Amino acid sequence: MSIQNKFLRQLPKDGTNFKQRFDPWRLLHLDPMLMIALLIVSTIGLIELYSASGQHWDMTLKQMMSFGIGLITLFVFAQIPPRAYQTLSPWIYGIGVLLLFAVAIFGEVRLGAQRWLKIPGIASVQPSEFLKLGMPMMLAWFFANRALPPRFSHVIIAFILIAIPSALIAEQPDLGTAILVATSGVFILFLAGLSWWFILGVTLLGSILAPFAWGHLHDYQRQRILTLFNPESDPLGNGWNIIQSKTAIGSGGFFGKGWLHGSQSHLEFLPEGHTDFIIAAYSEEFGFLGVLILLSLYLFIIGRGFYIASSAKDTYSRLLAGSITLSFFVYVSVNVGMVSGLLPIVGVPLPFVSYGGTAIITLMASMGVLMSIKTHQKLI
Amino acid sequence: MAKRKTSQLTLKDNRLESQLFNRRLTVMGVLVLGVFSFLLIRYFVLQIIQYQTYATYSENNRVHLETVPPSRGFIFDRNGILLADNRPTFTLSLNRQVVPNIKEAIAKLTPILKLTEDDLKRFNTRLRVARKFEDVPVKLRLTEEDIARFSEVKYEIPGVEIKVELSRYYPYNDLFAHVIGYVSRISEKEAEKLDPVEYDNTNLIGKIGVEKYYENILHGKAGYRHVETNAHGKLLRVLKNTSPKRGNDLTLHLDYQLQKIASDQLKGRRGAVVAIDPNTGGVLAFVSNPSFDPNAFVGGISYNLYTEYRDHLDKPLYNRALQGIYPPGSTIKPFAGLGGLNYKLIDWQKTISDPGYFRLPGDTHQFRDWKKEGHGAVDLHKAIVQSCDTFFYQLSDNIGVDRFNEWMSLFGFGKKTGIDLMDEKTGTLPSTAWKRNKLKAPWYRGEMMSVGIGQGYFTATPLQIATATAIVANGGRHITPHLLQKSIGPKDYKIKNAPDYVMPYNGDPGDWQKMKEAMRDVVHGEGGTARATGFGITGYEMAGKTGTAQVKGIKQGERYNEAAIGERFWDHGWFVGFAPYENPQIAVAVLIENGRHGSSVAPIARALFDYKIKGVIPTPAINTPAGAVDE
Repeated sequence: MSIQNKFLRQLPKDGTNFKQRFDPWRLLHLDPMLMIALLIVSTIGLIELYSASGQHWDMTLKQMMSFGIGLITLFVFAQIPPRAYQTLSPWIYGIGVLLLFAVAIFGEVRLGAQRWLKIPGIASVQPSEFLKLGMPMMLAWFFANRALPPRFSHVIIAFILIAIPSALIAEQPDLGTAILVATSGVFILFLAGLSWWFILGVTLLGSILAPFAWGHLHDYQRQRILTLFNPESDPLGNGWNIIQSKTAIGSGGFFGKGWLHGSQSHLEFLPEGHTDFIIAAYSEEFGFLGVLILLSLYLFIIGRGFYIASSAKDTYSRLLAGSITLSFFVYVSVNVGMVSGLLPIVGVPLPFVSYGGTAIITLMASMGVLMSIKTHQKLI
Repeated sequence: MAKRKTSQLTLKDNRLESQLFNRRLTVMGVLVLGVFSFLLIRYFVLQIIQYQTYATYSENNRVHLETVPPSRGFIFDRNGILLADNRPTFTLSLNRQVVPNIKEAIAKLTPILKLTEDDLKRFNTRLRVARKFEDVPVKLRLTEEDIARFSEVKYEIPGVEIKVELSRYYPYNDLFAHVIGYVSRISEKEAEKLDPVEYDNTNLIGKIGVEKYYENILHGKAGYRHVETNAHGKLLRVLKNTSPKRGNDLTLHLDYQLQKIASDQLKGRRGAVVAIDPNTGGVLAFVSNPSFDPNAFVGGISYNLYTEYRDHLDKPLYNRALQGIYPPGSTIKPFAGLGGLNYKLIDWQKTISDPGYFRLPGDTHQFRDWKKEGHGAVDLHKAIVQSCDTFFYQLSDNIGVDRFNEWMSLFGFGKKTGIDLMDEKTGTLPSTAWKRNKLKAPWYRGEMMSVGIGQGYFTATPLQIATATAIVANGGRHITPHLLQKSIGPKDYKIKNAPDYVMPYNGDPGDWQKMKEAMRDVVHGEGGTARATGFGITGYEMAGKTGTAQVKGIKQGERYNEAAIGERFWDHGWFVGFAPYENPQIAVAVLIENGRHGSSVAPIARALFDYKIKGVIPTPAINTPAGAVDE
């Protein structure tokens, strides 16, 4: 019955099949809705970056190149069928974890953190970026072959799979990425049907263990959390970022100060105004109206991701699409929340807007995977 | 194993899994909508509800109000000679908030700027007292060589830079120090009382003299700049600019040349000269010798120099003209004589017989005249010309201390003259009430004898005596001595360059003229005490009165010095006078400490008159002529 059902769902309804065959987007394995939304957000990002970087044309150009490379990556990733990803998943994950070990041993220290692995003659790579896709792929692969909702033993195995790379990344130290990578795994667990009782139990255990975790944090990480609650306690030190970014956002008002007229970012009061805090510069120049438009676009992308996940035909695709979409949601909300002083400052860039090639390429790759899931459905 | 296989089979139930997945996705969808709503509310609160607050923060971040200090008004003498100038000086200063290790920076700078122990000591003092955000000067008045050497190593020492600012400069150094005074760094105590806006970025303030008295109008009006600065405090552009207004330029009555002559004449002596225009009250010369270098105070005086000034036996920092209180001696006889005429106790005809002393009825104590054998028959004219003490003993006894006090205070004795200088001393004009309050004792009749000839309890400053002399010179019109003649600038300041009022006088108005005649005869007449000075005067006649003040002993605070002690016991010499006799343009009081005789002081007054009236500048200092008449 289930097989029959599956067959029926795959049948084209009232002849749309014919039309779909000649859909150029489908031939290119791209999703038009998602693509257009991505391009609009990227354009907004470039416009704001030009202003927030202090009209730094070279920087803007570099970012455009990153978008170019990102779009190529997206296109390539969209061509690879989900089946192939499923087969490759353990390998991607495994290589990622090995690289993380390599970083821990041979890694290059930049800005006090050991995140980079130098491959002679090629470039420096950040293996933690690998895991942003590798982690959900691995867990989706793991659960795709097992009965759902997952059994307790499978959940434990999944947790171990999540814990190993997350711990390695957290030790670099890069708490932000570690949390993001771990979250992408946890989302798979949740979507796979993790028992609510289990969720409740872990939450309770977490609250009990939280004080111990506090003791394990680095001083600067603790400081960031403390500053969140009372930024005015240290207005020139750790509180500076939050006060200045709130001032930038608040002074934008409804319509904003206008493009290139954000005094907070142009006069360098706003730290990291072109990278992690770019939303503050954007809010200052485009106001609440701009924020509303940008968040709506993000919401649209997330909604489209949900639709793709929901209409995927197999467990692996579903779980992977769901996790990618939810991770994207986490990036947006953590960044937007931290810049407005709701969350502690962790190094999370705003997708497609913050300056930085690595993040763009990783995000474009994951969007490519989403499109692959959307456009290869008929092959199943 | 078999069971596991069945579970593997149920895995293929895609429909159930899909349902489960969609339920979970729905939960997440609700979460996403919730979080996005929450974020939007957050931005709504910041951007719409708290907009005003953050807009203000942002504006305050961006725009700073800066005070632009005004430059200080110039001070000129009556002929437009610049006495107080503003000159650019180069100061090496250190920004405490940028320099990480002050000691290290200073250690680096020491060989470059050749900082001395004294420089370091002063720097440490400044460092201690400087306000928190104020730059602290390391070395003031850098030479060109200093600047060149510093420029080579500038980038190794961040937070240390050369600043140019206008600083006060007194081109004639010590010549006007006691009258113009000086400016110096604002002390913490002064800063509390100053308008913080007007004096923002101003470092110097008048400490004494004209600089202090007219601080208010010399300072000018501060300007403002609204400047846009970035997060590092770097100035990006000026948004609004209100220029500062330079303080008022002051023209004083002082005459540079007269001051110079007076000062030259006092060279090597301790003394004071005050010259006043009797028609206006304008002060033409105001000298206290020895003097000091006011420029040394502008940049912060070194400890060594200050100690030298403070401990010097001749007290160069002591303003003898304004604050020196001395027994006026016989210089007051013309004023006292007019008092007798006012109360109708004497007239010009009344003659007494002087045996060389005066005795109170029923007392054997002899109050002795300076002339042992006496002056014979003496009327008021002769009593002035020959400075007869006996005549004035008699008059003093008749007038009594309280009437004497009433009359003499009209001339300004015992109170401030009201000159435009701070911290004027009043001296003492005794009265019964004064003695009761001050010494808790009744007044004795015999005490009036010494008071009547300007001794005893009676003390006065050279300025007071010059003022009283000017009042006689102009025929009995009261004047207030003042330095300021003209004030031009943004702040209005009214100056009265005229006598205040006619002195209340009950005698014959012609008495003033007759008193002036008597004073002329002191110099030009038969037996005049200053006759030696009058020899050879051509083109004008001068009038005057000599005085000698007894020095009772070394005053408190002076150090014992065997070599100097003899001289310091000598009498003080006074001379008051005016010229030309017919139409007085200048009245002076000259005091020389331990100058022995008033007659030896008179030539100094003549040098001033010669210049004022004939434009003659004496080349060498006029020395005390031999064979002066003893008083």
